[in-house]
Amino acid sequence: MQNMNNNVAEIVTVNMGPQHPSTHGVLRLVVDLDGETIVNVTPDVGYLHRGTEKLAENRTYHQFIPLTDRLDYLSPLSNNLAYCLAVEKFFGVKIPERADYMRVIYAELARVASHLVWIATHALDIGAMTVFLYAFRERERVLDMFECATGQRMTSSWIRIGGVRADAPEEFFKLAKDFVDEFDGFVDLYENLLTNNRIWKMRTIGIGMLNADDAQDYGTSGPLMRGAGIDFDLRRDEPYCCYDKFQFEIPTQPEGDTYARYKVRMKELREANKIVAQALENLPEGPIMTDDPRVAMPAHEDVYERMESLIRRFYLISKGFRPPKGETYQGIEAPKGELGFYIVSEGEERPYRLKIRAPSYVNLGVLNHMAQGHMLADLVAIIGTNDVVLGEIDR
Amino acid sequence: MLLPIVFTIIKILIIVTVILLAVAYMTYAERKVIGAMQVRLGPTHTGPYGLLQPIADAVKLIAKEDLTPDMVDRPVFIIAPLLTMVPALAGFAVIPFADNFTMFGMEIKPYITDLNIGLLYVLAISSVGTYGVIMSGWASNSKYALLGSLRSSAQVLSYETAMGLSLVAPVLLAGSLSLREITLAQAGMWFVVPQIVAFVVYVIAAVAETNRAPFDLAEAETEIVAGFHVEYSSMKFALFFLGEYANMYLVSTIATVMFLGGWNGPLLPPLVWFVIKVLFIMFIFLWLRATLPRLRFDQLMSLGWKVLIPIALANLMITAIVVHIVR
Amino acid sequence: MNEYLPVAILMLIAGAVGAIMMFVGGLIRPKKYDKVKSSVYECGMPEFSDARKRYNVRFYIVALLFVLFDVEIVFLYPWAVAFGDIGLYGLVAMFLFLIILVIGFLYEWKKGALEWV
Repeated sequence: MQNMNNNVAEIVTVNMGPQHPSTHGVLRLVVDLDGETIVNVTPDVGYLHRGTEKLAENRTYHQFIPLTDRLDYLSPLSNNLAYCLAVEKFFGVKIPERADYMRVIYAELARVASHLVWIATHALDIGAMTVFLYAFRERERVLDMFECATGQRMTSSWIRIGGVRADAPEEFFKLAKDFVDEFDGFVDLYENLLTNNRIWKMRTIGIGMLNADDAQDYGTSGPLMRGAGIDFDLRRDEPYCCYDKFQFEIPTQPEGDTYARYKVRMKELREANKIVAQALENLPEGPIMTDDPRVAMPAHEDVYERMESLIRRFYLISKGFRPPKGETYQGIEAPKGELGFYIVSEGEERPYRLKIRAPSYVNLGVLNHMAQGHMLADLVAIIGTNDVVLGEIDR
Repeated sequence: MLLPIVFTIIKILIIVTVILLAVAYMTYAERKVIGAMQVRLGPTHTGPYGLLQPIADAVKLIAKEDLTPDMVDRPVFIIAPLLTMVPALAGFAVIPFADNFTMFGMEIKPYITDLNIGLLYVLAISSVGTYGVIMSGWASNSKYALLGSLRSSAQVLSYETAMGLSLVAPVLLAGSLSLREITLAQAGMWFVVPQIVAFVVYVIAAVAETNRAPFDLAEAETEIVAGFHVEYSSMKFALFFLGEYANMYLVSTIATVMFLGGWNGPLLPPLVWFVIKVLFIMFIFLWLRATLPRLRFDQLMSLGWKVLIPIALANLMITAIVVHIVR
Repeated sequence: MNEYLPVAILMLIAGAVGAIMMFVGGLIRPKKYDKVKSSVYECGMPEFSDARKRYNVRFYIVALLFVLFDVEIVFLYPWAVAFGDIGLYGLVAMFLFLIILVIGFLYEWKKGALEWV
């Protein structure tokens, strides 16, 4: 009754998530609404917490690889890559060229798969249902390729410390070549449905503004940052693997809204495809695993014939290897942004501490800033454009 | 006195049954058509080509537990689905499905009644359906449902004026509000030809009225989790569903009668023409759903007020002037 | 009045069909009460507050405009029906009415009544 005379409307607090169709997993948002306008959004994370970082402290370096798959489960191979690069940094292992190329192919295909899921769910959240199925059709082909090469569709654990687990079969290259040739057409198809669609533009232009300063202050990375006009990409600026051997562009858009990020990611799809095409074309012959005895398993033939190899293998499997005392950080340009592994070693077989710099977690921090003042309907667009994966946020 | 009433009741029963069946199979058609547009198959397992799917759905919905949350306003909660469904069916009272014809030496009128204010009746009765949505949102005591029902009321404010305005022009051409007479007036030329603008405005408004994509704000799954019927289950939910689809048929038949010449058409029997035209509009509904993203409700409102209403108003004024000059 | 009787019968039948569908299934469907199950849906979490609160309906002015315009349309229908009979006089009269409304509409538009977000 006291409120009767004042004009200040009541703020309604609503739970959005964890059981909500467009919070992409188990993200919980506590949303304060004035009418349908968002006053405040508080992300509440942790529903998928599995203690990955702690588990790392009780596993050998090699045993941790499968757990990285489960971080950003939409691009497991990128996670494998980031982790392996970080461990390899301890030893300064020289990776054979073919392995580097294969890693690039896998990482870029993972980017394609991840961005396809992004466009699918983003469009579905805004109501364009058909794009969802088209994008998933193509993602299915990427997953088929992963299955062909690694035996697993999603949690492949295929990139290992020192190289890749095994060479890909001929069939993989055939599938990959076909896919690469056709893929631009598929992106055209999605763009036909969305890019010039007036409703799509109405729903994305000016929504979730993030200018370059804020993008930097919040520590965002990846398409979120490039959509705000910051021209930064680890693949070009701090090259790893052999990205410096490829020709590709880093798409940026100065506008900093949802539409800009949409355009950035769509261009990234094409660029990733270009990189895969180049890698397939120039793929060198040679081994796919380093012969550095400190990290690499001896070849199978040797294990059967030579005592030293047998012992070495037994030791690596049962005890693992010991990196020197020290710490290392390696970031890669994962589909969602900078994915980094920071590892502290005490010279043991197990890391003393392992910290994952998950891009989704950092990008989620900017959600409130982006969503304030918009409407509830825009919030799903903003979650979509943020492209968060809860496996990575909760770790 | 008694015989005509019995006759009317028989007609009503036939029409209600046909509509219910048509609704059931619309859900099937929707899944098949959208499935084809989205490179998938739609239902295939229940019966040949999945044809028994609607029946399986009905059985499932009947046998489901009917949950009524603790805090709901019970009477309103129960009345709301009925209030969405009954007007949608009642709207068909004045629809002339075909021309009068003789069978067994009797003249049969293939409509339930021919009101001289038929169009106004339909407009009035179809607006009532919105109350069901608003009441359900309020009764549910759920925030998502409340948001949905508020969106629904915002939606009514946006499209209803444009819808009413767009229908005045054909009335002007026909000089009657009786749907039968409007159809008869289109024997020479369908009103869609001179009134293409009004037709487009009407179809857009009709999509909004039926809560269909791209205007499915009140039940936007990805935003407010099915909105007003989030707390409904079992048959109560089914009634909302039924009401929505019956409403789709209703606005399609109105579009057919007002713009596409109703049963008029060469060669084929009148009823067949009528059904073809209705299904064509229904197909547009499905097509839109498969193609377009969803609007935000303030955007729908500005679309209604800043685009549709001025266009419909201008169209009406021009029509009036032209009709005056020609006559 | 005879024309309206079928309408009433149709409404009755439609209502009966709906009610039967709603209640007959009650004979076969399960009914198990559960406190959590019959709580209100709020994405799987306990709700923060009752949903029946004062809620900021920002499109209030649009709603007022809507009432005006809907009444206007009701005026238009009889005019449209009788258009053939009333000739130039009817045309001019209705145009005056419409122009006044359009001016009001434009005024509201310029005043920003339609920008309610």
